[in-house]
Amino acid sequence: MNNVQKQKRANKSLPFFFKDEFKVSLIIISISLILLISTFNFDIVPPILNRGIQPATFPKGLLVLIIILTSLVYYLSFKKPWEIKKKLPKPFFLTIISFILFAVISKILDFFLAISVLSIFVSYCWGERRIFYLILVSIIFPIIVFIFFETILGLRFPPGIITNIYYQV
Amino acid sequence: MENLSLMFAPLLSSKLMIVLIFGTLFGLILGVLPGLGPTTGGALILPFTMTLDPLSAIVLLTAIYCSATYGGAITAVLINTPGTPAAAATCLDGYPLAQKGEAGRALGMATVSSTIGGIFSVIVLVFFAPLLAQLAYEFGQPEYFALAIFGLTMLASIGEGSPIKNLIAGAFGILISTIGKDFMTSIERFTYGINELSEGIGFIPVVVGLFAISEMLTQSTLLNQIFKRVALKAVKLPSLSDYKKTWKTILRSSGIGSFIGVLPAEGGTVASLIGYSEAKRWSKSPEEFGKGSVEGIAGAEAANNAATGGAMVPTLALGIPGSATTAVILTGLIIHGVRPGPDLFREQPDFLYGIFGSMLIANVLFFIFGFFGAKIFARITLVPNRLLWPMIFAVSVCGTYSLSQSMLDVWIMLFFGVIGFFMRRYGFSVVPVIIGLILGELVEGTLRQSLVIFEGNWLLFLTRPIVVTFFILSLIALAFPLLRKKKNEQI
Repeated sequence: MNNVQKQKRANKSLPFFFKDEFKVSLIIISISLILLISTFNFDIVPPILNRGIQPATFPKGLLVLIIILTSLVYYLSFKKPWEIKKKLPKPFFLTIISFILFAVISKILDFFLAISVLSIFVSYCWGERRIFYLILVSIIFPIIVFIFFETILGLRFPPGIITNIYYQV
Repeated sequence: MENLSLMFAPLLSSKLMIVLIFGTLFGLILGVLPGLGPTTGGALILPFTMTLDPLSAIVLLTAIYCSATYGGAITAVLINTPGTPAAAATCLDGYPLAQKGEAGRALGMATVSSTIGGIFSVIVLVFFAPLLAQLAYEFGQPEYFALAIFGLTMLASIGEGSPIKNLIAGAFGILISTIGKDFMTSIERFTYGINELSEGIGFIPVVVGLFAISEMLTQSTLLNQIFKRVALKAVKLPSLSDYKKTWKTILRSSGIGSFIGVLPAEGGTVASLIGYSEAKRWSKSPEEFGKGSVEGIAGAEAANNAATGGAMVPTLALGIPGSATTAVILTGLIIHGVRPGPDLFREQPDFLYGIFGSMLIANVLFFIFGFFGAKIFARITLVPNRLLWPMIFAVSVCGTYSLSQSMLDVWIMLFFGVIGFFMRRYGFSVVPVIIGLILGELVEGTLRQSLVIFEGNWLLFLTRPIVVTFFILSLIALAFPLLRKKKNEQI
């Protein structure tokens, strides 16, 4: 039995709502429908000022096109099922968590501190255990980047507990 | 002829030469590192180009484009992992030849064929871009609309993966371009009361998100991957018998690569696959392919580097990017106040021919650096991902923030990073999103202005011969994957 047949058999054993093709198509179509509905709330240009088409018409056309094409992709998946993907490993979820941490810390505490925390967190979760290298990616490198952007590009980073010390606020 | 002499102006400018050398070295590093490449690298360096004059900025970006495309071959040959997607076909014969103890010969062939392919494509660029620009003088709004539609359908059909998924991705890209104030009426679309969105979504946060951040997430799923490295003593120039065996392949692939590059598609990646398969088809010893054939390496490498010059043809002549990297270069042109198109050829020939000349020099430079420094560049792959990617994240975040000093851009970058990861996971290419985003304003603008000209009568599009030609070509492009599938089934 070849791989395609094995895959088809494995796919058939799953209820349709567990299959990737259904979940992905459902998400795309749902988001497109929500956006399509929101286009009906766009302001309308009075006929006397209207040149060509209304501002909402073009995005509406695109969203309808996306819905039709996604339905077609789902229909075609009956004939050729999608490859079954391996479960996402733990480091992936930890990396996503690091993004959330970055967002929270940069919003509440400091942009520069957020970069350092993300760097050390990601590096550690991906398997780095050597202290020197953890310091390198989380402190030394961000300092180099910070100074480079600050001096060469004249960039002013958002205020925070560390950047305020640097800017002597 | 007078303009051709302008090509050598970069040689006389020490500043441009420094930019070229830096760009070539940086491009090689980007090419060697799997997951990075000319598109991500170009997007990351774009904020830094703001400190340069327009010519130096574009010279830097094009040097990165040329050398990173070649750099991918080093990793393909030594660790069987393409440094860039365009080097995927190089793995097929490069790595087996390296395993036989001939890594130097494999890299030598890759270096020579990449350089010839690159130089060939610059010649194509020098002669065809002005011709295409001349033709574009005939174009009005309806013609530009039809051309943009043709570009997007070509991208869907020739690009990697499912054409329908590519079309969805392209439409998604155009949809992103509609966010913000409508340029004709100032009516807000998809802003949901967020003031910062009124100006629309910037190109850089989307590119960095879709390429760099999504790649970081992809790398997080591949941490257990083990690379089997082949030792490299020195790069060797191909022998006379190798040249005899491959010169036709190199020239053929250079032609194929330049042609594919001109078409709006995934440039180098598709070109190298076609170049490789054509090399196999025309070879006297096709049975050697996949086992370490120098013709296979030459076919793939000449084609992917030839696509660089080809992709610059529509970018400079029409303002339609021929690949994802040229979309970044186009953004570089726009943020430096240079509008590509026919007028650029008439008004700023020194600027244009400076770019052509620098591409030519970049091809020579990466030959020298590749030949003498491949061993050093190969060592860069020893930097573990657990150290490399947090550093890339730091540069990505600061680079994205620096363009408009807005944290919203950083959130957009992270959002598109996650979207890009799932798109790739389920077979949606991210390249059409980028091209759709950059062509979006052109598509909508030309459509609406055409409808103003035609007083709302859509049928009048069909009265313009160039428009009809592009529409027919678009239909052929859409039918092409079906015809290809049928042909494959018959075989």
